[in-house]
Amino acid sequence: MVHRADVLQSFKKNGSIVIVGASLAGLRATEVLRKEGFAGRLTVIGDEPYEPYDRPPLSKQVLAGWVEAEHTTLPRQHPLDDVDWRLGIAATGLDLRAREVHLADGQSVDFDRMLIATGVRARHWPKEDEARLAGVFVVRTRDDARLLRQKLETKPRHVLIVGAGFTGSEMASVCRDLGLTVTVTERSASPLIGALGGEIGSIAGDLQRQHGVDLRCNTTVTALEGDAERTLRRAHFSDGSTLDVDVAVIALGSIRNTEWLRGSRLAAGQLGVACDAGCRAFDINGIITDDIFVAGDVARFPHPLYAYQLIALEHWGNAVAQAEAAAHNMVNSEAERRPHISIPAFWSIQFGVNIKSVGLPPFADQVVIMQGSVEQHRFVAAYGHKGRTVAAVSFNQGRWLPYYERLIASAAAFPPTPPAYDVPIPLHPVPAKFPAANAPTSTPTIALTGYAPDEICATYLEEPPMTPVTVESGGKA
Amino acid sequence: MRVLVDLNRCQGYAQCCFLAPESFKLVGEEALMYDSGPDDALKEKIERAAASCPVQAIMVEYMNGHADEMVKSGTSEAEARHGA
Ligand SMILES: Cc1cc2nc3c(=O)[nH]c(=O)nc-3n(C[C@H](O)[C@H](O)[C@H](O)COP(=O)(O)OP(=O)(O)OC[C@H]3O[C@@H](n4cnc5c(N)ncnc54)[C@H](O)[C@@H]3O)c2cc1C
Ligand code: SF4
Repeated sequence: MVHRADVLQSFKKNGSIVIVGASLAGLRATEVLRKEGFAGRLTVIGDEPYEPYDRPPLSKQVLAGWVEAEHTTLPRQHPLDDVDWRLGIAATGLDLRAREVHLADGQSVDFDRMLIATGVRARHWPKEDEARLAGVFVVRTRDDARLLRQKLETKPRHVLIVGAGFTGSEMASVCRDLGLTVTVTERSASPLIGALGGEIGSIAGDLQRQHGVDLRCNTTVTALEGDAERTLRRAHFSDGSTLDVDVAVIALGSIRNTEWLRGSRLAAGQLGVACDAGCRAFDINGIITDDIFVAGDVARFPHPLYAYQLIALEHWGNAVAQAEAAAHNMVNSEAERRPHISIPAFWSIQFGVNIKSVGLPPFADQVVIMQGSVEQHRFVAAYGHKGRTVAAVSFNQGRWLPYYERLIASAAAFPPTPPAYDVPIPLHPVPAKFPAANAPTSTPTIALTGYAPDEICATYLEEPPMTPVTVESGGKA
Repeated sequence: MRVLVDLNRCQGYAQCCFLAPESFKLVGEEALMYDSGPDDALKEKIERAAASCPVQAIMVEYMNGHADEMVKSGTSEAEARHGA
């Protein structure tokens, strides 16, 4: 009889692992695999021509001109010279049966286990001819940030930011710091509404206006107009007005990089790649795979604190924690498996305010200011779902968040007990005002074929549309 | 050099800002901005900043080989400048 422990040991010594996506999650997984003793062949495939770099500085220090876009390469916590880095090459397909990843250069790489960490890309302006006008930008990659920075150095007269999610709001903040005139449009009633809800989002809106941003909520851009040289000149808005602008930054959120998994028979689509709390991917029928793992922005996973709903978190901390859990599980036995159930957390820096969040605000129905002063933009808000504390958000009060994190972890009643002092009593919970779940407007239809138990299976009925849909949420929710 | 700060963990205590003001600065009351690719000449200051962070949020990587040489000469230059 073959012992499982022997199989695992031999896999760790002689097996092969492929990681697709060479960014934050891909790098962290690579490090953990080596740290936990995986000595076999390790291949990392990334379509960007760079070593893994960090994205959060792109809309902050890099855009502000303090740090070069090239100076964002992530430090390595472990020597990784014996890793086969295939950078600048996209994975184009996955053959589960042959255990092969196909690459854009025609080659393929075989594996025993694989990690999917292909993240998301920026959702560009949906009208292609307008998106191509000189002066229209998105910011997801290092190259994007460098190009926009170069443009901002020419002191444009009027910058338009389309979408007031985190990235859009951060970029508006940097533009104001640079002394530029900025208009921000947001389809919803307030900035950051998808991540923080309308109640707290409106405070972020006040912050923008106080810093001189021309913030236009409940407004969408209907057209971007160029001149004969195909250079952006003017924006048209849903209220019929127009504005002369020379820069438009599209911050309409993101699209998950799952097209390359079409035909792989994994549960992959516009919502991401579904996986369990151990980071193992589901196949299209909803059965767990043993050797395909998922981590980072592209993953959807169940969280016990949030009713086991599949959630996708486009947060730095989630990419790190999930990649670490996935890599650990890839090289350990079933008994040693670790769940990815850390409490979600993110930060954002805008208009001089450090916004931090723990838990999952969009899961909440109510919100309450727990401490501090909304007027001074220094407070903590707790979020509740059916009488349970599920999240907390701070504006310049980050030091209190660990206190709330413990409350969330212990499923404390909502509103929770405030810390000892600085408390507006009595507490007044109000509706959190999250927009109705913004499901993609078009998802591929999945149908069942076959009747007998050994025949029945799920398949895609049609190709999902490849053109981006117009969703102006912009937020990482 | 490559520097990374886990800003979920960072509590804005600003020790790093006092020890290596060229690389770390507070924006507003508690938002930390840092240089993710500082000059090798700042190695010692950044090392001290990383060591002093009360929540160990700062990660640093020095480059191998050639870059290592640069780190050394860079450090001595910096020492000379600051009279250390
Ligand atoms: C401007 C900006 C600011 C941000 N600020 C914050 C912040 O303040 N706080 C916070 O918590 N989070 C922030 N984030 C989010 C954070 O950066 C992401 O959560 C993180 O980058 C996710 O890492 P990832 O490795 O999962 O995915 P990604 O970083 O998206 O990396 C995926 C990689 O896979 C590559 N890839 C895609 N398809 C293929 C393919 N077929 N073959 C090969 N390679 C492929 C992509 O090109 C990319 O390099 C920010 C993001 C951006 C863009
Ligand atoms: S010393 Fe640590 S906690 Fe304090 S600001 Fe610097 S990184 Fe943040």
